Amino acid sequence: MPNTPSGPRVGLFVTCLADMFRPSVAFATVKLLEQAGCSVEVPERQTCCGQPAFNSGDRKTTADIARQTIDAFDGYEYVVGPSGSCIGMLHYYPEVFDPADSYYQRALDLKSRSFEITSFLFDVIGADVLQDQLKQLQFNHKVTYHDSCSGLRQMGIKQQPRQLLQQVQGIELEEMEEAETCCGFGGTFCVKYPEISNRMVSNKTDYISNTGAHTLLGGDLGCLLNMAGKLKREGKQVEARHVVEILAGMTDIPAIGEADYDLAQQL
Amino acid sequence: MEINTPFFKQRAHDALKDENLQKALGNLKAGFPEKRAIAVERMPEFEELRNQGRDLKNHILEHLDLYLEQFESKVIENGGQVHWARTSEDANRIILDLCKQVDAKTVTKGKSMVTEEIGLNDFLEANGVQPVETDLGEYILQLRGDHPSHIIAPAIHLNLEDVSETFHKHHNRPKSDDPAVLMQEAREVLRDKFVAADVGITGANFCVAETGSTIIVTNEGNGDLTQTLPKTHIVVTSIEKVVPTLEDMTLFLRLLARSATGQEFTVYNTLSTGSRREGDQDGPENFHVVLVDNGRSEMVGSEFQDMLRCIRCSACMNHCPVYGAVGGHSYGWVYPGPMGSVLTPQMIGIEKGGMLPNASTFCGKCESVCPVKIPLPKLMRHWREDEFQKHLQPKAARYGLAGWAFLAKRPTLYKPYTRMASWFMKRLAGKKGRIKKLPLAGGWTDWRDMPAPQGTTFMQAWKEQQKAGEQP
Repeated sequence: MPNTPSGPRVGLFVTCLADMFRPSVAFATVKLLEQAGCSVEVPERQTCCGQPAFNSGDRKTTADIARQTIDAFDGYEYVVGPSGSCIGMLHYYPEVFDPADSYYQRALDLKSRSFEITSFLFDVIGADVLQDQLKQLQFNHKVTYHDSCSGLRQMGIKQQPRQLLQQVQGIELEEMEEAETCCGFGGTFCVKYPEISNRMVSNKTDYISNTGAHTLLGGDLGCLLNMAGKLKREGKQVEARHVVEILAGMTDIPAIGEADYDLAQQL
Repeated sequence: MEINTPFFKQRAHDALKDENLQKALGNLKAGFPEKRAIAVERMPEFEELRNQGRDLKNHILEHLDLYLEQFESKVIENGGQVHWARTSEDANRIILDLCKQVDAKTVTKGKSMVTEEIGLNDFLEANGVQPVETDLGEYILQLRGDHPSHIIAPAIHLNLEDVSETFHKHHNRPKSDDPAVLMQEAREVLRDKFVAADVGITGANFCVAETGSTIIVTNEGNGDLTQTLPKTHIVVTSIEKVVPTLEDMTLFLRLLARSATGQEFTVYNTLSTGSRREGDQDGPENFHVVLVDNGRSEMVGSEFQDMLRCIRCSACMNHCPVYGAVGGHSYGWVYPGPMGSVLTPQMIGIEKGGMLPNASTFCGKCESVCPVKIPLPKLMRHWREDEFQKHLQPKAARYGLAGWAFLAKRPTLYKPYTRMASWFMKRLAGKKGRIKKLPLAGGWTDWRDMPAPQGTTFMQAWKEQQKAGEQP
C-alpha cells in the first residue's frame, strides 16, 4: 500500500471492459492515482456506465443505471476511469433526467467530478505531478497513438496522454495518418454492421503498421480490443496497450491479445 | 424515387465489394476534407462564424412563419408568385401545372436535391414534359438513369472511364478520356438545350425575406443559363431555407463554401428577385417559388428541430467514415451520410429508414465539422429511441439488450456473471491469448480475433488483494 495519501479521495470507475477483459488496466489506473497522491476506493455497486442502453434508445434502462452509478459514487471528490467513452457517458447523465427529477442535479454534480485518467492527471492534478515517476520509466520503442472518438471530441483528450508519454525515457511517438478517425468499434455497431466496421478497422491497421510502430497505444479498451483483434487476425506484429500500462510501468504484462496470462494465478 | 433504405446492409455489402466504387470513394478524402481543413485554418474566426450560424438558424426556426410570410409578400411585390406545397405530390402537381400553363415541352434544371426528394423528373416525364439536368454531374447521371450519391458532388461514385463511356454512347461522338474534351462536349450538347427550354427549374440555397430573393451557388454557371434564358423560372425549395436579410445570407455563404468544397466563396452566387422588369436586359417573364414542406413543419418544435438548421454543405458525409466506406447509394434514398440518416426517417418513416440512424459509431466527426453545429449523433440517437419505443429493433438485439440490462442493474448478480464470462473466454482462448471463433459473436470473430480476458474480473481481484492487504 502507498504512503498515507494527502490528495483527494477518488472513486475508481473501473469500466466494464477493464473489469472483464483487462483488470491490469484498472490496476494501472489505481497505481497512477496513488502515485499522484490520491486515496483510491472502488465502489462495490458499480457495473457498466449504461452506454449500450443509451445508444440503443432505451432511456429507462439508461436512467436506472445512471441512478445506480450516481448513488455508488456519491461523496467522492473525484470519479476517475480509464476510458474517455465511459466517463463521457457519465457526462451524458444529466440528459437522461427531467430537470425536476432529484437525480438531475446529482447527475450534473457527478459530471463536474468525473474525469478520464490522463485528463485527470494532466488537467486536474497538474502536468508535472508524475514527472519523477515517469522519468524513471524506460520504454525503448516507437509507439503510435489512436485518439478514441469520445475521448477526443466529447472530452477534449488529445495532448494529455501524449504529454505524459513523452516524459517516459526512450519512447518515440510517431503519429499515424488519420489518428482521429474512428476505428469502427462503436459499441454494438461492430456486430450490427460487421462488414463496414471491418473496413474501418482495416484502414486503421494499415495506418498503424505504416508508422512502423512497435506498440499501438490508446485510452479506450473497446477501440483497443477491436484494433488489437484485427492486427492479430492480419498477422501484423504490432502490440496494443492501454496508455496507462506504459505510464504505470506495467509493460511486463503481455499486450492485448498476446500470449497467455492468468491474473487469477498471479493473485 | 424508389426507397431502398431497408436494404442498406446488402447495398453496403455490395458497395464494399465494388472496386470501381471504392476507387472513386478513395478520391473523396483527398478532395473535400483536406480542402476544408485548409480553408478553416486560414480563417481564425471560423468557429465564431459557426456559432453565429447556429444561433441565427435557431432564431429563424423560432420565427419561421414570420419570415416565410415576409418572403412571400416580397416575392409578390416583385412580380413573382409563391406556391405552398405540403407534400411531394402537391409540389409536383403545382410544378406540372406551371409548365402546362406555358405549354412547356422541355425544362432545363439546375442542381436541386429538393427536386430529387419529391421525385420531380420522373413525374414530369410521365406527364409529357422532358426535364434536362444541366449540372455536369447531374447530366451524367440523367444519361445513365442514375441518381446522386452525394448532395453536392452527385456523380462522385463514378470514375472518368464511366463518364467517357456514357458520353460516347449518348453523344454519338468519338470516345475521349480527356476531362477537358468531355466537358466541352457536355457544354456543346447542353447549349442547345438551354436555348430550347420553355421553363428553367432551379433550387435555392437561401430565400431572403427582406428582398424576396432566392440565391443559388454553383461552380459551373449552368444555373444562370437555366434561370435567365427561359420565359418561366420556377424555384423549387424548402421552407427552412429562408433567412431574414441579405447580410444574414452572406454569413451562410461564407460558412457554406468553406464547409463544402474548401472554397472561400463559390464561383457563381446568383440572386433572383422577381420577374423581368421593364428595361431589364434578361430574366424570366414569370417567376415562381414553390415552397416544399414534406414533413419539415412537423420537425419544428420536435426533438429533430436542430436538423432544420442544415445548409446542405455535405461536410458531414465528406468526413463520415461510414459514408467513406460504402458511398451514398447504400443509403437507399435521396439524402446520404449523417444528415441523411437523420432526415430520411422523417421523410420515409422510421419503419423504412431505421437502418440509417443505426449505421453510425457515433464517432462525432460529423458534428465537429457541421457549419451550424447540428448534434447529428444525438439526433440519430433520438431515432433509435423512437425505434425502441415502437419495438422496431430486431428481436435478437432487443432480447440481448434486455438480458444485459437485467444484470447491469443488479451488481450482486452482475459480478459472478462477469467473472464466469471472463473465466470461460480465458479457457476458450487457451494459451494463445486470443479467440479465433466465439459462439454468438460471429459479427466480431468473423473479421478479427477476440483478445482473451485475463481470467478474472478486476472487482474480484481487487477484493482479494484488499483482503490480503488487511492480513498482517
